[in-house]
Amino acid sequence: MSSIMIETKELIKSFKNGEQVTTILKGIDLQIKKGEFVAIMGRSGAGKSTLMYQVSLLDKPTSGEIFIDGQNVNRLTTDEQTKFRLKKLGYVFQDYALLPDLTAKENVAVPLIMQGMSTEKAYKISIEALERVGLAHRTDSIPARLSGGEQQRVSVARAIAHAPTILFADEPTANLDSESSARVMEIFKELHKQGQTLVMVTHEAEYGRLADRIIQLQDGQITKEKEIVRD
Amino acid sequence: MNKTVLKVGFFLAFRQIKRANIWTTGLIIIVMALTFLNLVVVNGVLVGLIQGAIEANRAHYIGEVLVTSLKQKTYIENSQTIFDIAKSLKGVDAVTGRYIGSAKVNADYRRKLRDDEVPNAAGTTLVGIDPIAEDEVTGLSKFMIEGTYLDGNDTEGIMIGANLLYRFTPIDSSAFQSLRGIYVGDKLKITVGKNAKEVVVRGIIKSKVDENDFRVFMTASEARKLLGRTDNNLNEVSIRMIPGASESDVIAVKQIFLNNGLDEGANIQTYDEALPKFVKDMKSMFALLGNLIGSIGLAVASITIFIVIFVNTLTRRKFIGILKGIGIDSKAIEFSYILQSIFYALAGAIVGFVILYGFLKPFVDAHPINFPFSDGRIYAPLSGTFIRAAVLLFTTLIAGYIPARMIVNKNTLDSILGR
Repeated sequence: MSSIMIETKELIKSFKNGEQVTTILKGIDLQIKKGEFVAIMGRSGAGKSTLMYQVSLLDKPTSGEIFIDGQNVNRLTTDEQTKFRLKKLGYVFQDYALLPDLTAKENVAVPLIMQGMSTEKAYKISIEALERVGLAHRTDSIPARLSGGEQQRVSVARAIAHAPTILFADEPTANLDSESSARVMEIFKELHKQGQTLVMVTHEAEYGRLADRIIQLQDGQITKEKEIVRD
Repeated sequence: MNKTVLKVGFFLAFRQIKRANIWTTGLIIIVMALTFLNLVVVNGVLVGLIQGAIEANRAHYIGEVLVTSLKQKTYIENSQTIFDIAKSLKGVDAVTGRYIGSAKVNADYRRKLRDDEVPNAAGTTLVGIDPIAEDEVTGLSKFMIEGTYLDGNDTEGIMIGANLLYRFTPIDSSAFQSLRGIYVGDKLKITVGKNAKEVVVRGIIKSKVDENDFRVFMTASEARKLLGRTDNNLNEVSIRMIPGASESDVIAVKQIFLNNGLDEGANIQTYDEALPKFVKDMKSMFALLGNLIGSIGLAVASITIFIVIFVNTLTRRKFIGILKGIGIDSKAIEFSYILQSIFYALAGAIVGFVILYGFLKPFVDAHPINFPFSDGRIYAPLSGTFIRAAVLLFTTLIAGYIPARMIVNKNTLDSILGR
């Protein structure tokens, strides 16, 4: 198996607005290694979230190729991409993206049940995942009864419960206070230590520095890549 | 759809319903229940109008089997044999025979009329009955709106149908004659051919069955004299079966007469066959009308559930996007909305059933709607109601599926980002 987990070749994403075409990503070539923690940074409008959406199969690029774990995922049908996301990818969104009618435990369990697990087993795993993010006491709470930080941790629990190949996080701390942000980042660090491949979009340099590598985007192009050296 | 898709669909639907706003859910169910009632009750009242007339005809005139004379004959041949067989049959509760002839009733027979004066008179059908036997079969005594029921020994008295009296049927038409100013105790002259008799009005009948309400009743012995009948041949025999008799029991009774060859001299019909054709036609017509109105109700129900599910899915578009984003199969999401539609339709139908059979129908049965020609009831046999519930369910299912599919098919990222 290749040590490259994600690879993009000449990735372009354009949006059409009537006759006007706006290109957000202008031919991105990117490689992310297995077990690597990468932070994608850049100013607002640089294209960092758009890049993450393409790589994480939430959107389709205008052109270019994306390989995940050696597989050309562009060629997958919509249904196959959905299955791929279910089995191999995990997501943490800026606004938590929890389902309001489901409890924390149920939110985490849904993708597991979709994978064919029994409800009991899915609940067991989701409780374990919630314990990992320090929410063992809030398993039966619906999102509306949780704080922003707690909701984001539920979101992390949902993203990691099925042991994804890659965990994507889009501005995971943007809506959180510093204490909650630090807690979420601690979880990411812990996951990374355990060998989880992590791709995080952030505009906060403080958290970007926790990654192995920072990819700087500007006007839809990678302008700088910086390896973080730790003592 | 595989088992996992169904399971996840059910998982999502159950929790969405469980944690939905109770008032919103209640309102949707009420709308569905009212739609269901609209579907069943409008049709039921329309058909019930005619069904009321049919039931009244059966209960207060025809009985379960009606024997009448053949068209080319003036009376039923072997009347007494038919009458005696009928009385001896197992399952027969009561039998009544009637002597019938055309007659004229006149209220102005004691004064000389001017040349240009129209007499206060009307044409009618004179019926000779055994009052006790007639009452056992048709329960006519219950319909005396004025006066008393005829006594078996009364040689002077008559009962007159309310439709022959202007004050109950105020129709001003030269084609329709009725008697003006006639009350219980008044004297009338009945003429049949060359025979005439002065009689006293003992009672007035209003049964909402034309065969009763346009007729004049007197005892059989007096009627026979007026009709000039020296034999005992009857014109009508009505046979009442014991309560709860099935249609096959009724047909079996008719078959006995046929097996004895009695249909050669009489027309033997079950209640269904004996119904006037216009009543049957009206029943089909009203059923058609009811179905037409019901179809509009169904369309309203479909649009209602479409809007409900559409608004529901639209407001949840972001969450549908999230579900798709985290890898939930689109079919599972669609199925969850279909299940919600089914829940609303089922709950609405159940509430509708309870209202209909627990309150509305028993109430209208106890207090029928007073139509001029029948006591209107809600005609809603369970089988028909179940069919309508199934139609509503199916329509709702489609109406729920379409908006769910529309929203689920939107771009995942656009849904998540609310674009």
